[in-house]
Amino acid sequence: MLEKDLLIRIAYLVASVLFIIGIKMLGKTSTARQGNSLSAVAMLIAILATLLDSQVLSLTEIFVTILIGSAIGAVIARRVEMTSMPEMVAIFNGFGGAASVLVAASAYWALAHTAGVSMDAVVSVTVVISIIIGAVTLTGSLVAFGKLKGIINGRSVTFGGQHALNAILFLSTIALSVMVVLEPNEEIYMLGVIVIALLLGILTVIPIGGADMPVVISLLNSYSGIAAAATGFVLNNQVLIIAGALVGASGIILTQIMCKAMNRSLTNVLLGGFGQTKAGATSESGEEIVVKEVGVEETAMLFDSASSVIIVPGYGMAVAQAQHVVRELTDLLEKRGTSVKFAIHPVAGRMPGHMNVLLAEANIPYDKLVEMDHINDEFANTDIALIIGANDVVNPAARTNPGSPIFGMPVLNADKARTVIVCKRSMNAGYAGIENELFGYPNCLMLFGDAKSSMAKVVSELKESVTA
Amino acid sequence: MNAETLLVLLYVLVLASFVGFELISKVPPTLHTPLMSGSNAISGITIVGAIVAAGPQDWSMSKGLGIVALLLATLNVVGGYVVTDRMLQMFKKKKK
Repeated sequence: MLEKDLLIRIAYLVASVLFIIGIKMLGKTSTARQGNSLSAVAMLIAILATLLDSQVLSLTEIFVTILIGSAIGAVIARRVEMTSMPEMVAIFNGFGGAASVLVAASAYWALAHTAGVSMDAVVSVTVVISIIIGAVTLTGSLVAFGKLKGIINGRSVTFGGQHALNAILFLSTIALSVMVVLEPNEEIYMLGVIVIALLLGILTVIPIGGADMPVVISLLNSYSGIAAAATGFVLNNQVLIIAGALVGASGIILTQIMCKAMNRSLTNVLLGGFGQTKAGATSESGEEIVVKEVGVEETAMLFDSASSVIIVPGYGMAVAQAQHVVRELTDLLEKRGTSVKFAIHPVAGRMPGHMNVLLAEANIPYDKLVEMDHINDEFANTDIALIIGANDVVNPAARTNPGSPIFGMPVLNADKARTVIVCKRSMNAGYAGIENELFGYPNCLMLFGDAKSSMAKVVSELKESVTA
Repeated sequence: MNAETLLVLLYVLVLASFVGFELISKVPPTLHTPLMSGSNAISGITIVGAIVAAGPQDWSMSKGLGIVALLLATLNVVGGYVVTDRMLQMFKKKKK
């Protein structure tokens, strides 16, 4: 081994260790930011070491490309709204997958076109796997991005023979892959694998409905890691395998957590079709839900006399940009000695932990945000549960109505609070397309209107009552 | 690549996956989004492969693919780290 090669390998080892420590530090709020920086340093070390590689000769082109990529990446990352984080993660997963496909395709091309060199079977197998995973990640992520952005139908898209079609495509991928291994120099087989894998990525994400997006993003995150690891096999490079495996594992764990939070199996999510049936559209008796409306003055009076409040925020709050005025309300109530907490459902928002980020952006300290399991018993001793822009995650049908499509899903027991105030734009069903019987409960009051303006009015009413 | 090399790489994969599972199963829900975007940036490690693929002096199909891969991987890496840092910066305990 040349001395330079040895140096590169040692640098990769250092980078791998730093990645692991970085991820470990990402797991604690106090060290998370340093952990992220550490992993960025690891990436830099890996990049610099690779530039020393004797195969790397076109430094000018590489620097220019990196410069352009960095500039675009930094601009996107600085401009993106926190509400759009899921879209951003989705599209970046797609880029990662695309990079894996391209690297593997490039390695394949170079080998297939070097005269006199035959590709050995191990290499062609790794190339094919890398291309398939990367391609599925790429198009799957693009579809997820489109669904989140609303460019394509966010609901579950299913059609007759969908599973049969997927099965046929899957089998043909395998058949073509075998052909690539047998005839590595016939490019047509490789092209076939790429095209069908791209199709498979689209078809596997299309049937997954909007409410299941947190699962899909986590899963695609995992794929992007596995794709990187597969590329590591193509290039015989351990740092790719280690970093890829870490990401793959993280994505799988998050996927499991999301599935558990919705009481669904992963297969059930992937097969799709959820949230479009009419089964849950009626409450169990089929009768219409009668709701009690409440105005802002009365809401303010209720808050005035409350001594404990739990706020249940949902994605709707973020869409209405109401998080800052909610923080104002929190500060105001706390100043009068009212205890205020936030109850966070694991699937609040559109990706794991999304709600925490949205509230953090509004300067709400993270120690006020309480996880579902820790707060569910507290609702019974709470004066007011204020539900803003959340719906499915407080639907008591999940506990009581075995006929409901969300039956068995862990929910926040907001209905147990003495008074429940629901701030909502209209009586429309939630993201999952299910009616919520909570709205008809005797202790439930509906505050209709835009979350931001309603909350702003409540805040000013409360302020007046102080001065008066 | 011979079978022995492949086996070593498989060892690396399996052990690294176990490390990943161990480390990440303890992450609190508050940090799930930053964890995801941070690990997303790490998956941009494909950039290393992209640099090698873009490496040859002479232009070829293979190099072209490498350059495109490099552009996308860089986007992934830089964007991922910057946005994660932006998020983590916002996480604060109660003021004072």
